[in-house]
Amino acid sequence: MSVNTLKIDGQDIAVEEGATILQAAREAKIPIPTLCYLEGVSPAAACRMCLVEVKGSPKLLPACHTAALEGMEVSTNTPKLQSFRRMNMELLFAEGNHVCAVCVANGNCELQDLAIRVGMDHSRFAYRFPDRKVDMSHPQFGIDHNRCILCTRCVRVCDEIEGAHVWDVAQRGEHCFIVSGMNQPWGKVDACTSCGKCVDACPTGAIFRKGSTIGEKERDREKLSFLVTAREKQQWTR
Amino acid sequence: MTRTIVVDPVTRIEGHAKISIFLDEAGEVSDARFHVVEYRGFEKFCEGRPFTEMAGITARICGICPVSHLLASAKTGDKILAVKIPPAADKLRRMMNLAQLTQSHALSFFHLSSPDFLLGWDSDPATRNVFGLIAANPDLARAGIRLRQFGQTVIEKLGARKIHAAWTVPGGVRSPLSEDGRQWILDRLPESFATVSLALDLFKDMLDKALKGEIDIFGQFPTLYMALVNSKGEWEHYDGHLRFTDSHGNIVADGLSEDDYSQFIGEAVEPWSYLKFPYYQPLGYPDGIYRVGPLARLNVCDRIGTDAADQELQELRDLAGGVPTSSFLYHYARLIEILACLEKLQILVDDPDVLSSRCRAQGGVNHLDAVGVSEAPRGTLFHHYQVDENGLIQKVNLIIATGQNNLAMNKTVAQIAKHYIHGPEIPEGLLNRVEAGIRCFDPCLSCSTHAAGQMPLHLQLVAADGQILDEVRR
Repeated sequence: MSVNTLKIDGQDIAVEEGATILQAAREAKIPIPTLCYLEGVSPAAACRMCLVEVKGSPKLLPACHTAALEGMEVSTNTPKLQSFRRMNMELLFAEGNHVCAVCVANGNCELQDLAIRVGMDHSRFAYRFPDRKVDMSHPQFGIDHNRCILCTRCVRVCDEIEGAHVWDVAQRGEHCFIVSGMNQPWGKVDACTSCGKCVDACPTGAIFRKGSTIGEKERDREKLSFLVTAREKQQWTR
Repeated sequence: MTRTIVVDPVTRIEGHAKISIFLDEAGEVSDARFHVVEYRGFEKFCEGRPFTEMAGITARICGICPVSHLLASAKTGDKILAVKIPPAADKLRRMMNLAQLTQSHALSFFHLSSPDFLLGWDSDPATRNVFGLIAANPDLARAGIRLRQFGQTVIEKLGARKIHAAWTVPGGVRSPLSEDGRQWILDRLPESFATVSLALDLFKDMLDKALKGEIDIFGQFPTLYMALVNSKGEWEHYDGHLRFTDSHGNIVADGLSEDDYSQFIGEAVEPWSYLKFPYYQPLGYPDGIYRVGPLARLNVCDRIGTDAADQELQELRDLAGGVPTSSFLYHYARLIEILACLEKLQILVDDPDVLSSRCRAQGGVNHLDAVGVSEAPRGTLFHHYQVDENGLIQKVNLIIATGQNNLAMNKTVAQIAKHYIHGPEIPEGLLNRVEAGIRCFDPCLSCSTHAAGQMPLHLQLVAADGQILDEVRR
């Protein structure tokens, strides 16, 4: 198997051909923030938090979806990227209705953690306060579109791991939202196996177990990559 | 020329309000009004949310008495689930409410109101506050602050945080008391008993001497009283049934269920205040004036049910020669209630159930309409939710304790103003007395309009034609 060598933040790194910049950085223990990326399913490059600077490229590239090529020189934490990530985070918060104080995921939320990590203490952008719905029609789970950041993790785990393909993205631009089935109430979608993988995958409190109150959302995210490894490599280890 | 004096805002209360005092041609007080000038809209923005979030959302109405909302909301949630909560949960919720009553009453008495009693109505407003109290009587101030800390820490020991603990949930509570928490409470109880005993002795002595006159001026008038009592007619703070009594101690209505609140409580609206005016419906508006809160709870119950508090209650009734009807005695009632809370906490902390992990019942959406009630420090609190079959809130109505005292607060302000204010010269200390009439009720305006904050006092003398004749800022 051929190997590519590249520089990330000045550090020489060798990775297998086909690896992404994110995988290369993680092997070298160089932190790159991610939000929509989820081990075990395909990358979506939806959240833009993992953007990096690559010498010679005029634009910022998503580390989760860009191959680590021979001779690349990558910067992961420049002032430009720091400023960009913070702005991106502010836009995510301004776009939806994120009220941590009363959220099921408070204290256990990737959006909240990342906001703290990038130093976002307020949003410079006006909050949009969109009028979004909550769907509690499923007997076990609920989805609160106010808290959805459109990372599409639920779409990918349901399709690629469970094989049920309950979730999809409807509409365009600011009107985008996650739909279950053919834009039916979740409880009416026959394809749903009630497996709960979407609950485990969701980075925020958008998809949760019914009856959960503030800060009670728990996830077993490692279960997702465990299932993939078990299926593909016949290895049942965690 | 008629004039209007505006006290804006009223200080050392929780929330924003102002007082208008209307003077007639002769410079005598013709009327006074207590305006609540905040608007929050909690009932509206809860619509569409899952009912399981309501305890967390409504607790945010207030940082002083979030526990009251947590309890009323959780009790409403219990009814939506149609579950009977485990005995451990009942006792644990009671513990938290007792701690809440203790800390809130300690705040009202020591931090907000005692500077008037101990430093004097006419003392310098710049030091007539808790800091002035610390300078003048550090031991008492420290004891009062530590009493409040005791209540707050019990809340923290139970719910993991002092304010907005997301611990009471529909179906029960999240976790029992820990053994460490139990020991901490046991260790600190004696000091808390000593503080309330000190405060009671001090206040009773002042009622005999320095504050004797205030009893007849600060809201002394007959009204109805409403509170929860238990099945034996004893003082209650969490469950039981509602009872109305009059100023002669007669029971006007008993065995009322919170489910039927709309049949006996009406809500009037006046254009000059954001705070509604609840009244006892059978007597109409405004004759159906009733009071809630510490004094009402003590007037409504036959007895408290614990030894030391019952002795103090008897002393209060002896002092009043029957049913105490002066709003000034709310302060006294608050101290007696702290004592009752400590006694009841002592009993509960020795109960093994409070360490039981069987404290949360599960259920689905089984009732679409539910009313929960609890006794907040300031009085009876109702939460009424209507949900759809998936448990999403369709409609919310919150009836807050402070609102129910609104008619009585207005009447108290008018009574004090008429007694002290004669003519255009209004010394600051007199206006402080008018404000103190409001403080008797320890109103929580943040709650009652479903805001917070405090600004310096702003007084205006306004002529009938709207011209500002005089203006004083603190």
